[in-house]
Amino acid sequence: MTDLAGPRDGADPPAAAARRRRGKRRQGTVVGTILSHALMLSIAAIFMLPFYWMVISAFKANNEIFTATITWFPDPIRWENVPALFNRPDFPFLRQFGNSVFYAGMVTIGTVLSCSIAAYAFACLRWKGRDLVFGLTIATLLIPAIVLFLPTYIVFARVGLVGTYWPLIAPAFLGDAFFIFMLRQFFLGIPRELIDAARLDGASEFRIFWQIVLPQAQTALVVVALFTIVYTWHEFFGPLIYLIDRNDFPLSLGLYAFRTQRAVEWSMTMMGSFFTALPLVVLFLFTRRLFHEGLATSSLK
Amino acid sequence: MTVAPGKRRRSSRYETTAAWLFVAPWVVKLVLLTVLPLIATVALGFMTMPVTGMPRWAGLANYEQMMADPAFRRSAQNSLTFALASVPLRLLIALGLALLLHRTRAFSGFYQTIFYLPFLMPAVAASIVFILLLTPGAGPVNVILQTFGLNPPDWLRDPRAALWTLVLISLWPLGVETLVFLSGLQNIPKDVQEAAELDSDRPWHRLVWITIPLITPMILFNLVIGIISSFQIFTQALVIGGPSGQPAESTLMYMVVIYRTAFRYFNLGYAAALSTVLFLGVLVVTLLIFSTARSWVHYEGGDQR
Repeated sequence: MTDLAGPRDGADPPAAAARRRRGKRRQGTVVGTILSHALMLSIAAIFMLPFYWMVISAFKANNEIFTATITWFPDPIRWENVPALFNRPDFPFLRQFGNSVFYAGMVTIGTVLSCSIAAYAFACLRWKGRDLVFGLTIATLLIPAIVLFLPTYIVFARVGLVGTYWPLIAPAFLGDAFFIFMLRQFFLGIPRELIDAARLDGASEFRIFWQIVLPQAQTALVVVALFTIVYTWHEFFGPLIYLIDRNDFPLSLGLYAFRTQRAVEWSMTMMGSFFTALPLVVLFLFTRRLFHEGLATSSLK
Repeated sequence: MTVAPGKRRRSSRYETTAAWLFVAPWVVKLVLLTVLPLIATVALGFMTMPVTGMPRWAGLANYEQMMADPAFRRSAQNSLTFALASVPLRLLIALGLALLLHRTRAFSGFYQTIFYLPFLMPAVAASIVFILLLTPGAGPVNVILQTFGLNPPDWLRDPRAALWTLVLISLWPLGVETLVFLSGLQNIPKDVQEAAELDSDRPWHRLVWITIPLITPMILFNLVIGIISSFQIFTQALVIGGPSGQPAESTLMYMVVIYRTAFRYFNLGYAAALSTVLFLGVLVVTLLIFSTARSWVHYEGGDQR
């Protein structure tokens, strides 16, 4: 809307005609622009408030958080809270951070590999039963996770894998319905001619997949990886059920355990929340365009 | 969808073999970790399952227990109320944000980022932050509301307010829905928009008769995903209300009841029966939505003409 800031004269008819038609809707005034930005900024402020409060509370002492009058800025800023977070015996933050990186990393590798090969079969090959299997795949998206969780848990418990990351990571290497669907949508957009030409040249299906389809779909693979990282970093129910030792917990579960035991230590909880969210925020700020692209593709059937 | 017809292809048997090899891991998961567990859960609902040893047939005992269980009724009611309030509000606000973003030219990327950020906050962390934010005397929310002359409730400690506070908190991470709507809006062809602007001067008319019908696929997508996920609200409820749904069971959600039945009381048969009911509930609601979808979802180049 900044283009409306200058004075307007209808001097150049052909170019201005289309622009004016679009501009008219926006009541081309400076006041309108300012008002709409004021509205957007107020909404943005409401959305940012929890983040802001988390950060400033993380840099307060506990007794400075509950006060008679609200303090909008910590005074003094308790920088010592940062090293304190990393040195608590009852909240092995660095250990849990490492667990989260391992967990998210393994699930991401597994998901990208398994989903891309399955998506290739659904998007680029013709075979009997394809539509049936694909339909089943989509239908599983409607099943609440807990329904599949109970019997799986019983099996994993009986073979003694509770307390390990196996039940949390191994299934990712077999695929995920949502990401298979997402990648299939991307793969369908790859020019057919490329694949057909390679087939006529006698390339094996695996070679076509590896040397033609995957390089063409790099963006898509990165998008799937990003979403998997975010979802795994957030994952709470699985670790809550399967993990037992605090030293094995990923961050979101570690944060919950700490909060359950030390409900009054607000500044430490806020510092923990801050450092739990921070890696994802940094990751997102560098890859914003890709996130948007991924969502656009997955929702447009 | 696959290959242009008429092209010379290698034998279809080769392609079928290759395809099954590619899809094999997923089919293993589909069978072993989806279809079989689904059947097992339904079956387990008719059994009692000790932690060690074999399950025993129990007939309808679990379902009879459910009918008499106040926690079942209470949590189902809470989860339904939550879904009925949260899903439409989320869709409306996300749509509003997307429309605002779509009109905004300058700093649009900046606003998008801000609206998206809450989605990146893990639900555990977000819930803890909201507890602090909404605690009178510690958080700024009540102070701000009071300066506007409003009289805020005791958000998390008043049993009449707590469930609605969960609804309110669910309106924060709207980034995904908003961006899905925004990409829908951005995909409306320019000529359609301009024709609409010539047709009607009233923005409200254009919104209801042109814009919204063109983004109905995104509305369906967000609606289905929203309903499925809000029926399953768990983390926020557990962090805020604990396993007993404090205060006074007002935040006791259905998933929390399943969780504590299975993993705190180790009553796996009853938990399976509860899960089966959840599955059927979600199934019926999504089938209802899909069966009406034909009449209100507009697909480009689809059944319109």
